[in-house]
Amino acid sequence: MSLVKVENLSISYGAKTVLSQVSLSIEPGEIVTIVGPNGSGKTSLLRSIIGAVKPSQGRVTQRSDLRVGYVPQRLHIDPTLPMTVARFLRLPTRVAPEAIDEALAQAGVPDLAAAQMSRLSGGQFQRVLLARALIDKPHLLLLDEATQGLDQPGSAAFYSQIEKVRRETGCTVLMISHELHVVMSASDRVICLNGHVCCEGTPEVVASAPEYRALFGSGTMGALALYRHDHDHTHDHDHRHENTEAAE
Amino acid sequence: MMLDDFMMRATLAGIGVALAAAPLGCFVVWRRMAYFGDATAHAAILGVALSLALSISVFAGALVIALLMALTVNLLTGRGYAMDTLLGVLAHSALAFGLVAVSFLSGIRIDLMAYLFGDILAVSRTDLAVIWGGAALVVALIAWRWSALLTATLNEDLAHASGLEPKREQLILTLSLAITVAVAIKVVGVLLIAALLIIPAAAARPLSRTPEGMALVAAGIGSVSALVGLRAAYILDTPAGPSIVCVAALIFAALSIVGSLRTSAQ
Repeated sequence: MSLVKVENLSISYGAKTVLSQVSLSIEPGEIVTIVGPNGSGKTSLLRSIIGAVKPSQGRVTQRSDLRVGYVPQRLHIDPTLPMTVARFLRLPTRVAPEAIDEALAQAGVPDLAAAQMSRLSGGQFQRVLLARALIDKPHLLLLDEATQGLDQPGSAAFYSQIEKVRRETGCTVLMISHELHVVMSASDRVICLNGHVCCEGTPEVVASAPEYRALFGSGTMGALALYRHDHDHTHDHDHRHENTEAAE
Repeated sequence: MMLDDFMMRATLAGIGVALAAAPLGCFVVWRRMAYFGDATAHAAILGVALSLALSISVFAGALVIALLMALTVNLLTGRGYAMDTLLGVLAHSALAFGLVAVSFLSGIRIDLMAYLFGDILAVSRTDLAVIWGGAALVVALIAWRWSALLTATLNEDLAHASGLEPKREQLILTLSLAITVAVAIKVVGVLLIAALLIIPAAAARPLSRTPEGMALVAAGIGSVSALVGLRAAYILDTPAGPSIVCVAALIFAALSIVGSLRTSAQ
């Protein structure tokens, strides 16, 4: 059964419609990535799934027992608010100290429990956000451009952490990303959004779709092909050759 | 008995307000809503005028108007004007309307100064009961919603994802603020209520590692300020409310210096 079902979703802020007639569903175990230009409604879609924006039309339904872990785009903690990492992970529900250690280890930052949030580096901060999202053992992990502000190696490391988490916990991942080459290698399915669903499918299908090329050009295609060559030992895709040809 | 002594009643009143103001003040500081306290307090003057005109209790009048003010601000935020502009308009017009309303109250001689600067030495047993009742209610409300309030303060989307409703948490804060203002009017007066909210919380920051720690330290600093300030006012024959705020400000200055020395030593 689908974890999340979005049916004919439209979202408007005042007179401005950011999403119209979006339908999609998220199935257990997959990594789905949403790509799209700025202002294409990616964040609004994610926020409607967590219930932070009300649809103007259509509906969003979650599987009844669904636990969601959410990593926001950016989180500003006011410097006047003292907060240790451990305390942050216990918001809003208290959890056992072992659960905190486990979540931090899963997120790749095992020794940070006693640190002040304000002292963390950008990469550490994002991983602590990931740990907080993981602490409830979510069925579905939602990430909204979680690597914003990280450098290239930092974000590559972050995404490989996400893949590791998925392997270890089997949780489903729905993420928004701007980093097309990373996205394409890590995702099972890509949804290209621009106010509506332009196209969706496996990374290869989306990358060769005319709608996608119209938005992102074909300039990224070379990089994509290169990247997939580098990592073809970790993936088992029948249509890899087609894709390479398409790229060339 | 001990409540017969006006100094004892004043001290207990000051401590009661300080205890309610501490956790609430922390949220006011964390959420950057210092002006919100001001606006609610200024509106309370209108409430005082109305309750004198209608011969109802000052506490009730101030509470109702402070509450209306807080709800209005809640409602109007995010609709065009920046928050500080909105609060500036509402706070100062409420104060002005209050002062004008007071002038219509012919026949009743009211000491407006007592409400602007507070008259803690005139606190009666009934006042004391109202102050401690209100303070207990505020502390209970905030303790009950503590984790939810903290989550919503950090990030509204995180709160949504955890199944919380940030708007409702904001309402709890707004409500607590109105109650605190209403009970504190007699103690420190309208002009200094915001000071009692913000200064102890800000002073507690350098000593705190967790939000809970900060609220407790703020409560301690607030209580010490009330004790020492009242004592100083008695000895030096200075106005009581402002003396309490002066002590809090001195503690803030001292702790800030200690805090920055500690940071630069690391």
